[in-house]
Amino acid sequence: MKLLKFNAGRLVPALEEPPVEVSLEDWRANPQAHAGATALKISNAAPLDDIAGDLSGFSVVILAFPGFKDGRAYSQARLLRERFGYTGEVRACGEILRDQIFFMARCGFDAFEFSGADADSAAAALKDFSHFYQAAADGTAPVWRRRLARAAAA
Amino acid sequence: MYRYDEFDATLVAERVAQFRGQVARRLSGELTEDEFKPLRLMNGLYLQLHAYMLRVAIPYGTLSSKQMRKLAFIARRYDKGYGHFTTRQNIQYNWPALADTPDILDALAEAEMHAIQTSGNCIRNVTSDQYAGAAADEVEDPRPYAEMIRQWSTFHPEFSFLPRKFKIAVTASDHDRAAVKVHDIGLRLYRNDKGEAGFEVIVGGGLGRTPYVGHAIRKFLPKEHLLSYLEAILRVYNLQGRRDNIYKARIKILVNAEGADNFAAMVEKEWAAMKKTDIDLPREEIERIGAYFAPPAFETLPEESASLEEQRRRDPDFARWLRTNMAAHKTPGYAIVNVSLKPVGGVPGDISDGQMEALADLAEDYSFDEIRATHEQNLVLPHVRKDDLCAVWSGLKRADLATPNIGLVSDIIACPGLDYCTLANTRSIPIAQRISERFADLGDQESLGELKIKISGCINACGHHHVGHIGILGVDKKGEEFYQITLGGSGAEDASLGDIVGRGLSADATIDAVEKIVACYRANRQDNERFLDAYRRLGAEPFKEALYEAA
Repeated sequence: MKLLKFNAGRLVPALEEPPVEVSLEDWRANPQAHAGATALKISNAAPLDDIAGDLSGFSVVILAFPGFKDGRAYSQARLLRERFGYTGEVRACGEILRDQIFFMARCGFDAFEFSGADADSAAAALKDFSHFYQAAADGTAPVWRRRLARAAAA
Repeated sequence: MYRYDEFDATLVAERVAQFRGQVARRLSGELTEDEFKPLRLMNGLYLQLHAYMLRVAIPYGTLSSKQMRKLAFIARRYDKGYGHFTTRQNIQYNWPALADTPDILDALAEAEMHAIQTSGNCIRNVTSDQYAGAAADEVEDPRPYAEMIRQWSTFHPEFSFLPRKFKIAVTASDHDRAAVKVHDIGLRLYRNDKGEAGFEVIVGGGLGRTPYVGHAIRKFLPKEHLLSYLEAILRVYNLQGRRDNIYKARIKILVNAEGADNFAAMVEKEWAAMKKTDIDLPREEIERIGAYFAPPAFETLPEESASLEEQRRRDPDFARWLRTNMAAHKTPGYAIVNVSLKPVGGVPGDISDGQMEALADLAEDYSFDEIRATHEQNLVLPHVRKDDLCAVWSGLKRADLATPNIGLVSDIIACPGLDYCTLANTRSIPIAQRISERFADLGDQESLGELKIKISGCINACGHHHVGHIGILGVDKKGEEFYQITLGGSGAEDASLGDIVGRGLSADATIDAVEKIVACYRANRQDNERFLDAYRRLGAEPFKEALYEAA
């Protein structure tokens, strides 16, 4: 497992001390006992309706992909970014493969505990597509906005 | 028809390049079959019993002549000279070599086609009414909305790993030809009391081992909010749909576990919190897409055609074909032509490369270059002048495509079954072939009226047996093929699930059973009521008696 993060727009291996993790349940049960934690780990079954108050103070939120087919954390990441305005690191852990990182990045993940061997290939996979039809959490303009902009410029 | 601009074309080309890389990694051994599987499945490539199968998307069933010729080329060059139209308005090739598949996708891209999201736990090819833009009874053409859904759902980053596959169908007519009530989401475009057009949103229908008719969770959704509302439904499903059991993972299970009202409340709450301006298309883009579906340049013609009436009088075979295969068009002097892919003894949905080309020529000459695929595994020429119907019929006859049996007992839906499929318990195709042979007499078929037989080779119900007027489900009993019969199902606006009648039967007994059921209907029919209406009036009893008295 290798931690990959964006550096100047490129996905590269990150060399850093692991954060101090606490699960959402443990944190809620006893915040004082976990005052030193820097990363909040949220299960992909956890509802996020009341998460806003828990986020401040954590520089990292870790979301889980127990298997690559379990896509709940895509929705969770978008909610964190778009609904709750979380601007810290959103990290993907679990089964993180080359061909899924592209979707994760679009949903607001910016750190990946990569399961594969070849970090360069994961970076390359991010460049597979140059346009997206829909808006997500990565701030890229969807194709329909580009069409509008082009029509306006013409 | 929709045409790609450079954004659409770039995306499809990039997808082919990506898949070419994935296939190369597989062929070099860098990827194992297990690692390759999720990648190929995202591109419609299945490993079947004997070979790979490639499923090509035909968005909302609309094809141009150029696209049909490309499908013919692929059938000839990369397959065994035929293709198979499916119940999702797609086409499948049963014998491509893995190494050829990137080239096939390249060929498709040249004709603005692809295999994106024709498999996998994502939003599949969106389907619609095969008569869209031509139907006399439609509110407006539903295809612009289907195209908006196609774009929105393509590589949707949040919804590419759903609990299970996800199917959306759109109709804009009271007469539902798209089976919207048995889809994960069915959308019915209609006008409300104020004359505004909007969608009834139906969620949680589906077939498979736990069949349900869907629930309307929103009576009226303004058209401009279609995509954000879909996104809200999909988000609730992605977060809360079951993932512990593949057989309980479809949205229908969630909707029915929560109750439709509660599920609707969950969706409304999510929708209310969404930033809709990032999701819903602005008016300009809706108009841009809509403009591609502007009606073709119809001539101003009288409603009736004198030459057609003359030909109809002269040739009883032509007259019969008109009665069964022609449908009313919204424009005076035009008609919709149904092309049956169900010849007596044939494989439902199969079509040869030569037949595809013949049909492409006919569409070019007589139907403004347009062809449609139907979920009942037939094809349609949507815009034919009544004056040209006889010429079209002659052309279809030369190509062996003029079987006059649309909606009749031999117009059977059948899944590929054990002849191709790894999931199947039994064969389906030979049952369809034998039923069509048993009822080969066309006059007899026509006298029976509308009668829809649907056959699935296993409980996954790809042949829609639950909604067949007569449904046939293949089951395996200790290594032997048996068939369970259901009666009284419908996938149309009067949707219902068929009732199981009696025990499983052998293949031979199944063909006899269908004949007995039909004889019972004939004996009890009042006036000209359909089989389905007779069944609903009479109930299962007389049919059960007919089935088992002599057995």
